[in-house]
Amino acid sequence: MAIREAEPLGSLTEVKEAGLDREDLLGVYRNMLITRGIEERGHILYKQGKIPGSFYTGRGNEAGSVGVATAMGSNDVGTPLHRDMGVHVVRGVEPWRIFAQYMGRSDGPTHGRDGNVHMADSNLGLIAMVSHLPAMLPVAVGCALAFRIRDESRVAVGWYGEGASARGDAHEAMNFAGVRQLPVVFVCDNNQWAYSTPTHLEYACEHLADRAQSYGFEGVVVDGTDVLAVYREAKRAIEKARAGGGPTLIESLTLRMEGHAVHDDAFYVPKEMFEEWAKNDPIERFRTWLYEHAELTESEEDEIGAGVKKLLNEALSRAEESPLPDPAKLADGVYATPEDLDTPHHK
Amino acid sequence: MAEKTYLQAISDGLREEMRRDKRVFVIGEDVGVYGGAFKVTLGFQEEFGAWRVIDAPLSETAIVGGCTGAAIMGMRPVAEMQFADFISCAWDQLVTVAAKQRWRAGTPVPITVRLPSGGGFSGGPFHSQNPESSFAHIPGLKVICPATPEDAKGLLASAIQDPNPCLYFEHKHLYRRIKAEVPDERYETPFGKARMHREGDDLSVITWGAMVYTAEEAAQQLDGDGISVEILDLRTLVPWDKQAVLESVRKTSKVLVLHEDTHTGGFGGEIAATIGEEAFEELDAPVKRISAPDTPVPFSPQLEKAFIPQVEDVVASLRDLAEY
Repeated sequence: MAIREAEPLGSLTEVKEAGLDREDLLGVYRNMLITRGIEERGHILYKQGKIPGSFYTGRGNEAGSVGVATAMGSNDVGTPLHRDMGVHVVRGVEPWRIFAQYMGRSDGPTHGRDGNVHMADSNLGLIAMVSHLPAMLPVAVGCALAFRIRDESRVAVGWYGEGASARGDAHEAMNFAGVRQLPVVFVCDNNQWAYSTPTHLEYACEHLADRAQSYGFEGVVVDGTDVLAVYREAKRAIEKARAGGGPTLIESLTLRMEGHAVHDDAFYVPKEMFEEWAKNDPIERFRTWLYEHAELTESEEDEIGAGVKKLLNEALSRAEESPLPDPAKLADGVYATPEDLDTPHHK
Repeated sequence: MAEKTYLQAISDGLREEMRRDKRVFVIGEDVGVYGGAFKVTLGFQEEFGAWRVIDAPLSETAIVGGCTGAAIMGMRPVAEMQFADFISCAWDQLVTVAAKQRWRAGTPVPITVRLPSGGGFSGGPFHSQNPESSFAHIPGLKVICPATPEDAKGLLASAIQDPNPCLYFEHKHLYRRIKAEVPDERYETPFGKARMHREGDDLSVITWGAMVYTAEEAAQQLDGDGISVEILDLRTLVPWDKQAVLESVRKTSKVLVLHEDTHTGGFGGEIAATIGEEAFEELDAPVKRISAPDTPVPFSPQLEKAFIPQVEDVVASLRDLAEY
């Protein structure tokens, strides 16, 4: 079983067959703008000294994160990582809460207890990541295991990066998922640099998706700057898993367009590489596609852009008003109480 | 009431939780067809099926991480580590993910990890350890160490229903050696409430797990000399029953803290420090500690006997205390 390299989507008709109408497409575009806009404003907040610690973005991965999340069903769950802001946006985490999280305020999803993208809203089917990558993959597999035990038609999506592919958690998670043919989709955001380490020092196979074969399921490589191709492959994989067809490994190839974090100028990435991949900017690319295939008009583009700008400006103001967390409550909630289990998932 | 071994009590308790709560499932290496390395889940797969008694690959990380995901999705997973020693392979999933998820992200992780622990049968360095203090140090985890068959059943029920990650240390040397009356009905033994194993007036022994029985034998020997020893079985280390310990200290004014785990950083240090902080004026002698030495667990019976605290070590130490 050779791995497949995903084809791009050519026409609006093809996209419709994949499950998106024109309104959906404009929504995808809007979500990509919000995703990038949140992180661009995050940079400003950081420079203003309003973000403690470091600051991480997923520039270059907007198509990967938005594309996969758009393909998920409302009852599906996922474990997105620090390059996957688009997943939070698509699932409905309000941007002001993300800014509050960045700034360590009490209205962020972790109420100042954890920083940057270490957050999730469990009511929206997301589980908060940890720094130890890919520790969330076994957790995603466990969600899928629960769905399988209860015979529910739900799917879990677990994200990791090409750097984290070198750790054992990835192997244990994928092996177990393969053995039990669990309803889980593994998404590898391959952005080609794990901090300063290039791919050839992380793995020796041609594609990370090649590994799927050894775990007994399908692997596919997709152009991670093409949101429609990512969407279609994610949709296929998720619906396959939902129908009992087992896991899929999607390797979404892009370039991390910034440093590992804000302190890192990525001097080790060749300039030509940035220049080459800049031509494939996911948002520019999709906008061009919309003009060519979906009759996007300039007034629509302006309207969407203005709406996103307004949303984010208001979000910033609201986040800045969010109170700082109360040190007196530091020790609250180290241990859960039975009432804490009164969530949509724990019932 | 019926007389049961410690192992049978664990097995009965687990089976009962699975019968009454469909969210409970068991996952581990060889727990299904084989019934577990120690046969705790013998016959479970026939009763509950292969999707509630899951034979996992040799993947402790996937087992504990998988339990975490399933728990967040509303299940009540019970993982079996074949030996407590192998929990090191799942450290990240327990300590990095499960322990911090409630505090950090508001997502409780109600999992129970069963950990056959302890030495006494030449299991060597990798099948005999008592790693409870490593986990007692991690905020967010609960640590349970039953000593009696009755507690083994009741504490397991509590662990499974608790909304937190619970590490349930079942001492292998008690599995078939210890028999006692166990109530037939279901009950939950609360965490953080010590069990008065033996009342006494002169000396207190604070201990848990298999060392309760070592202390008991020592106390019986001292009885003949008119030295009355109180034995407090902590039952759980997180949370631990500080009040009961301090009450015993106030009563006897002389304390021995005894555990099978190694010395430095062992949980006994925490207990001794707390007594020093909160009951210093009540003491008539320095708090004594007996533990294993700071070495890996040895294999050869002669060496293992030197490693695990013995009845004669406890007797000698208690005599010193009595004479102080």
